[in-house]
Amino acid sequence: MTGKTIDKMMSLKPVSRRRFVAGASALSLGAGLGMAPFVRRASANTEVKVLNWQGYGTDEAWALEAFKAATGLDVVHEYYNSESEMITKLQTNPGAYDVIVTNSAWNARASDLGVIQPIDTAQIGHFADLNPSFRDSPLLGTGGNVFGVAWVWGITAIAYSTEVYAEAPNSIEVLWDAKNAKRVSVRDDAIEMVNFAAIATGQDMNHPADLGKVKEKLLALKPNVALLWSSEDEWNKQFQAKAFDVSIYWSGSALRSKTNFQLPVGFVVPDEGAVGWFDGLAIGKDAPNVEGAHKFINYMIDPTYYVDWATKVGAPASANSKAMAALPDSDPSKAFYSDEAAIKRLQFMAPLSDEERQAYSDLWTEVKTEFAQ
Amino acid sequence: MTPTTRTRWAILGLTGPAYLWLAGTIFLPLTAMLVLSFLDKSPLVPQPASFTLANYQAYFSKSFYWPLTRWSIELGLWVTLFCFLIGYPAAFALAKRVKGRWREAIFLLIVLPFWSNALVRVFSWTMVLRSNGIVDVAVQSVFPGAPTIDLLFSYPAVIIGLVHSYLPYMILTCYIALQAIDDSLIEAGRSLGANRFTTFYRVILPLSLPGIVSGAALIFVPVIGSFMEPRILGGTKGATLGMNIEEQFTVTANWPLGAALSFILLAIVLVIFGILYPVLRRQGGGA
Repeated sequence: MTGKTIDKMMSLKPVSRRRFVAGASALSLGAGLGMAPFVRRASANTEVKVLNWQGYGTDEAWALEAFKAATGLDVVHEYYNSESEMITKLQTNPGAYDVIVTNSAWNARASDLGVIQPIDTAQIGHFADLNPSFRDSPLLGTGGNVFGVAWVWGITAIAYSTEVYAEAPNSIEVLWDAKNAKRVSVRDDAIEMVNFAAIATGQDMNHPADLGKVKEKLLALKPNVALLWSSEDEWNKQFQAKAFDVSIYWSGSALRSKTNFQLPVGFVVPDEGAVGWFDGLAIGKDAPNVEGAHKFINYMIDPTYYVDWATKVGAPASANSKAMAALPDSDPSKAFYSDEAAIKRLQFMAPLSDEERQAYSDLWTEVKTEFAQ
Repeated sequence: MTPTTRTRWAILGLTGPAYLWLAGTIFLPLTAMLVLSFLDKSPLVPQPASFTLANYQAYFSKSFYWPLTRWSIELGLWVTLFCFLIGYPAAFALAKRVKGRWREAIFLLIVLPFWSNALVRVFSWTMVLRSNGIVDVAVQSVFPGAPTIDLLFSYPAVIIGLVHSYLPYMILTCYIALQAIDDSLIEAGRSLGANRFTTFYRVILPLSLPGIVSGAALIFVPVIGSFMEPRILGGTKGATLGMNIEEQFTVTANWPLGAALSFILLAIVLVIFGILYPVLRRQGGGA
């Protein structure tokens, strides 16, 4: 599971990630393998069948009512609990889904497998308003084809205590600074840690050429790491207890820590860069209602819908620049996500092979074993 | 119907549901995991999987698994030892010294931690153990200028948290064993001239050994697979094999490797109990 998906989960319910994943994996096995024959085919032209995480924007009742009033289309949902489950569902039920929410790290995997089809952007009225950093990302399209319309996004970067730092630490090296012995926290996540060590050593964060350097950099964190955090709730508790001053953290969570819990949290994208993620909206191969799918995607990136979602429920940042501009000035996320220069410094999560995942996991375990000694 | 067949039917009728339940909830999933541990792909991948020993080979070929295993076993031994040292005297006092309503009240206090969520318990310990936490503040107020006590994110913190979580098992199993010992046996030992220590060592301890063994098994097995308490209380000092197994299911989605590691852990537990079993049998006088 990637950082952003958990970020997303945490924004919805304070579920413990571990428990959620354990339950979800068990469910997904049943859902992925056993339930396929019972999937109802969407009846074309009156329905749009959506595959997404539960409670993640597309299934808000008020939004679906508004969409039905505008287009006459009913929206039917099916859910996945992990990205690998999403891919499995697309492979085992071809032609069952119209719109699929695909993460930047998984969209290319889906298009490579041929389970999603190119999107006719001329039918998406708001497409031109999307931030080019996301809209034109190679992670959402190849060879002139667009396989995903950028929808929402977030950042994994550095959070710090504003009581300790009068000014934002601008370098990723703050994590390795000898002054910060036992004052740093990082998430216990292999991929995120490899990403950051790769950025700090000036490499491609997704596929670092020199894993030896990455390992060396991570080992050098040993004297500074006070704790490894694993959930937003835990992060807030430890931060409040001043167990650390600086940490790798998620943008949405940092915003919540600051506004909902009044913690003195600052968040910065260092000069060297940080990790970015975004979700795209894709159209399934042989989708029963291609026209409806385009309409629904256009509605999902509509500023009016986004402002409602963000203010009524709470949402990640929109990839539509006009939607961000339409947020009320009092909304803290408006200023928070508006730093174009910071967005330019981000590296985005790309698809990883199973071998890469395993290699990163082994590397991080080795580093943790060294930490414990 | 002869009485024997009736008895047989009665036994089947009474134990059948339990066996069915065990077969459905333990044996089947465990078999599925065993098969999974020999596959080269997770069941989430639609390509057909083939059989391989690579997952088991990974355990022996990668250098970090051995220290993780050793630490997990050490953690299990320490926690079991402390549970015994604290729990056995408590069980003895409950079984032989405390009577009536007091016993019920104390039992309630022992079982009370079970009523709260395990995660809540662990987080409460973080508040107690940290510097400027409850223990630290108490010590500082009595002895101003004493060195600060900061146990959080250390190995002792993991042991404290785990002992607290699993202590009730040891007390309850030892209590049942001790309570079953006929007081007249103890009196007989005393009247035959044995002092308190000899009575304890020759009579009480051997007779209560089954309770100690089952308590130890109930504690040791889950502790060596634990991952939540070491992560939250141990910080970087709480590395266990259980944490790596969890990661195979949640991060790398390499279920086969996770399953293989789980079975290696299970094998280690079985080997340990296999070695201890004859020793305990002899000690327990065939009990």
